[in-house]
Amino acid sequence: MISFQIKTNPTEYDAIVVGSGAGGGMTGYVLANAGLNVLMLEAGPFFDPAKDAMQLRWPWESPRRGAGTVRPFGDFDAAYGGWVLDGEPYTHVPGTSFDWFRARMLGGRTNHWGRISLRMGPDDFKPTDGITDEWPISYDEVKPYYDRVDRMIGIYGTVEGIRNEPDGIFMKPPKPRLNELYIKRGAERAGVPVIAGRGSVLTEALPDVEGRGTCFYCGQCGRSCRVYADFSSSSCLVMPAMKTGNLTVIDNAMVREVLTDSEGRAKGVSYVDTRDLQEHEVRGKLVVLGASACESARLMLNSKSAAHPGGLGNSSGLVGRYLHDSTGASAGGFLPQLLDRKRYNEDGVGSVHIYSPWWGDNQKLNFPRGYHIEYGGGLHMPSYGFTNWVPGVNHMVPTRDGGQREQGGYGASLKDDYRRFYGASVGMAGRGTALARYDNYCEIDPTRVDKYGIPVLRFHYKWANEEIAQAKHMQETFREILHEMGAIVPGAMPGPESSYGLEAPGKIIHEGGTTRMGDDPKKSVLNKWGQSHDCNNVFVVDAGPFVQQGDKNLTWTILALSMRTADYILEQRNKLNIG
Amino acid sequence: MNRRDTLKALGLAAAAGGALMLDSCGTKEAKKDAATAAEQLPGVTDIEHERNSKLAEEQFFTTHELATIGVLADIIIPADDVSGSATDAGVPDFIEFMVKDIPSYQTPIRGGLKWLDVQCQRRYGNAFAKCEAAQQLQLVDEIAYPAKAKPEMVRGVSFFNLMRDLTASGFFTSEIGVKDIGYVGNKPGVWDGVPEDVLEAHGFKSAWG
Repeated sequence: MISFQIKTNPTEYDAIVVGSGAGGGMTGYVLANAGLNVLMLEAGPFFDPAKDAMQLRWPWESPRRGAGTVRPFGDFDAAYGGWVLDGEPYTHVPGTSFDWFRARMLGGRTNHWGRISLRMGPDDFKPTDGITDEWPISYDEVKPYYDRVDRMIGIYGTVEGIRNEPDGIFMKPPKPRLNELYIKRGAERAGVPVIAGRGSVLTEALPDVEGRGTCFYCGQCGRSCRVYADFSSSSCLVMPAMKTGNLTVIDNAMVREVLTDSEGRAKGVSYVDTRDLQEHEVRGKLVVLGASACESARLMLNSKSAAHPGGLGNSSGLVGRYLHDSTGASAGGFLPQLLDRKRYNEDGVGSVHIYSPWWGDNQKLNFPRGYHIEYGGGLHMPSYGFTNWVPGVNHMVPTRDGGQREQGGYGASLKDDYRRFYGASVGMAGRGTALARYDNYCEIDPTRVDKYGIPVLRFHYKWANEEIAQAKHMQETFREILHEMGAIVPGAMPGPESSYGLEAPGKIIHEGGTTRMGDDPKKSVLNKWGQSHDCNNVFVVDAGPFVQQGDKNLTWTILALSMRTADYILEQRNKLNIG
Repeated sequence: MNRRDTLKALGLAAAAGGALMLDSCGTKEAKKDAATAAEQLPGVTDIEHERNSKLAEEQFFTTHELATIGVLADIIIPADDVSGSATDAGVPDFIEFMVKDIPSYQTPIRGGLKWLDVQCQRRYGNAFAKCEAAQQLQLVDEIAYPAKAKPEMVRGVSFFNLMRDLTASGFFTSEIGVKDIGYVGNKPGVWDGVPEDVLEAHGFKSAWG
């Protein structure tokens, strides 16, 4: 029998942090290290990459050889979760789409992310295009925090001096792989710059940081790292914070609601233990939401009270609004120059070795802002489906003795084709600025609850002309680069019928904007410190506060802003303004 | 320093040692053991392990179907002077697992196998697996080349495409297949850019091009 009695924890914590990803992890780390008694609640199980990573496993150790049937990025990927979670649905307003990726585990999505660590630039915080919204803070205000994150967590890259692609404090970057040298040459001929990648992987020992190993180049960051050589919130923030003795983590704790007192101030949260379904309440002097942009918005909208009739901190009516992902489109082909290539270990790092920062001149373009390009290909570890492309293209090049062969085939010659084409593929993907629009949002579905009885989100998201024009530009650019590098590209370029291959919203897993910050309480949910305008002991530290993303993958900015919010919390406590 | 010693030095031996010992022979039996995944690897959740075990216990294909898959798989990937055949690498067991893992494969493969048998029955008076090798190849020739296949063979072509992909996936992700294709990573090392001789062979002046 399940008891319907709610268990109440007698401790009043200095702070309750909901979520253990980049945002929650960083605030938890800073507050615990400052001596606060912090409780962190995580909806999924505890996860320690040292013990739980699938790093260095072979494909045959998975019965499905790494296929994505159970985990969307394959059996060896570190994420417990996906776009679909059993018993935790979400819905859509008809005619719109949004795919919502959730990782339920300590460290959240930081366990499997690409470790691509880009700073947003001056023009990302204060855009000059006349269309996208500006932030209440400038790059110069955030720069010191980016610097601290670089030093604390570690990042490789090269100093380039590009105005809107600010340099950090870099370790040495990994050198390009062979296909990446061809890409670099082809892209530069096409007028697209290519620079060293920027990733949070320790290519050198990190001064003054204990307990983390350096990269041994297995290329498997997506599986999370047993020696903590890349950034996961679990290994780099939460577990070190637990060692201070000031951070308590409760895992398998799905937060239901933020509890408020009669004056509307947060006094704690209620959660359900996902294993035994027992209900709990815990008290805290302040509540920090880092549950992910949409999950934090959901939590606020589900926390209704007399003081907050439209949901906690939602007097503006903007919680859930301005939801935006990155744009994404991709293309690929193969390089005849790489057929029958020499074998050697080029696993490298699991983040990017090279990338193209945005180079375009928007005066000449029919969309604002831009995108960067990430590249792939090479002699990677075999996994489910990795040979599927070969029988479709093996007729497109002469055989070794100069003959012609039919597409497809079987037998010894096909077996040899698989060897011949291995490592010859190249791929590229654009990641661009999608516009933060009032009309793209998540809200509470009035009719549905999840398996815990928590009302679920309903999404309303549509791409507009700006994103589609950007995807078209990506595809045209990809074709030029592939052509200039001498690649063979099977198939035609995606056209308007598929919005030029533009991925559905949510597919890039860069969603943000749902609790945007701003100076005007009527036009924003949070102030410029990530503090609720309506409720001064509630903070949001995930990508919800983002006014408008740049084309820069958002983790590094989440970390910097979360650190900034945590500093602000400490300062306000000292001034006795909160907690 | 060999791989085990390197791992030991990195403190990874305890975690990875057992895994490295798995499937050292690459026989059918060994593959079966790996596919059933009796051992729950660290990091695999209970729900995932239960699902894997349940799928491994179920049987989808009949003995006849599995035998036909074996013949086809070895036609697609035969033994040669580099490595063994698809069945040497346990491909039929892998395909048996995959159709339970991805149920949308079940009808195309079961139906495709039946289609193949009906074709052979009409032409040669026997099921595909029982036909002579020359007869089997004659039929495969008509479905293995999508661009030149006759319209009435299109169903066979799409079946063969799927079988070819699953066979190649299963083979080249097995231990003998990984060795065959020449993948030499998945071990601790140092990446210092493209080797000099490769740079030179491809006309690049330096590690950064």
